[in-house]
Amino acid sequence: MAPSHDPSTSADAAPDSAVSFSLEGVRTGFLTCIPVALGVAGYGVAFGVVANQAGLSVAEAALMSATVVAGASQLIAVELWADPLPVTAILVTTVAVNLRYSLMGAALERWFRHLSPTQVYGSLFLMADENWALTVRDLKTGSGRGAFLLGSGIAIWTFWVASTVVGVLAGGVIGDPARYGFDFILAAVFLALAADLWDGRSTFVPWLVALATALVASSVLPGRWYILLGGLAAAALEVIRYDA
Amino acid sequence: MREGWLSLDPLVVALVLTMAVLTYLTKVGGLWVLSRLEVSDRLEAGLSVLPGAIVVAILGPELASGGPAEWAAGAVVLALAWRTESILLALCGGILAVVAFRGLV
Repeated sequence: MAPSHDPSTSADAAPDSAVSFSLEGVRTGFLTCIPVALGVAGYGVAFGVVANQAGLSVAEAALMSATVVAGASQLIAVELWADPLPVTAILVTTVAVNLRYSLMGAALERWFRHLSPTQVYGSLFLMADENWALTVRDLKTGSGRGAFLLGSGIAIWTFWVASTVVGVLAGGVIGDPARYGFDFILAAVFLALAADLWDGRSTFVPWLVALATALVASSVLPGRWYILLGGLAAAALEVIRYDA
Repeated sequence: MREGWLSLDPLVVALVLTMAVLTYLTKVGGLWVLSRLEVSDRLEAGLSVLPGAIVVAILGPELASGGPAEWAAGAVVLALAWRTESILLALCGGILAVVAFRGLV
C-alpha cells in the first residue's frame, strides 16, 4: 500500500482488515521509537529532578513513571506536591490532563478492532503521545503491524523509567537548586511542552483564555485550582464556539 | 549517600497507584466508548485543547512570579524548542540562560 493512503477512506478498506499482532511488529515498533525515546528521556531526567525537589524518593518517582506512564500529568502532580498532599487536586488534574488519551485511543479503533481484548488493553497501557503518533503513522501506511504500539511503548517505558531514576539521583546530588538554575527546570519543561503542543493559530484563542483565567484565578483562589480552571475555561470556550 | 532513596510512603504509593488507574482508564476509555457510542466533534474539539491549555495555565502564574531573567530565559527555551525540536537542547539552553541572566540582573 502506498504511504499516501487516504486516512479518510472507509474503515473496511483492505489494509485495515489485514492487521495482525506479531513479534515482528513489536520489534519494528521498538526500534523505530528508540530515537524518540531518547528525547523522552530528556523529560524523564527533568521529571526526576523536579520529583526530588518535591520530596519524592527514588522508589516513589520510579513507581510513578512505571505505572502512570504519562509525562505531562506526572510533572503536574509533582508541581502540585505539598505537605499535606493535595490528593483531590492531583487526581482531578491528572484525569483532566490525560483525557486526551481517550481521543487518541479511540483513533486506533479502526485497526485495533481486529485484535483480541488482551492485545488491545495491554498495548494501551503503554500509550504515550510520542508512540501513539508513530503508531498512527505506521498503521496509516497499511503495514498491518497491530503490535507497533506495544513495541514502541516498551521503548518509551524503558527510557522513561530509567531516566526518572537518573534525574532523582542527580537532583539529590545538586544541593541548592537555584544556584545552578535547576529551579527553572519545571518552567523550562512546560515551555518546551507548550512549544510541542502548539497547533498553529487554532490554539491561540483557547490558550489566551486559559492564560487569562489562570492569572485571575491564581490571585483570587488559594492553592492550585487555577490550573484546572484555566484548562476547563479553554475547553468550554472551544465547545461553545465550535460552530463558528 | 542520602537516606531513604528506597523509602515508600504508604499514602504516596496509594496516590500514585490511583493516578495510574485513572490514567489507564483515560487511555482505554475512548476506545471502549467508541464501540458503544459516538463522541461528538464538538466535545472532541473541547477535549483536544485541554492539555495545551493546562500547560499554559501552569506557566502563566509561574512566569508572572518570576522576573526579567526568567522571562528572557523562557524566550530562549521557546526559541530553541522551535528551532531545534530537541527537548534536551531547549532545557539545557534555558538553564544556562537563566544562570547567565541572573548574573546580569
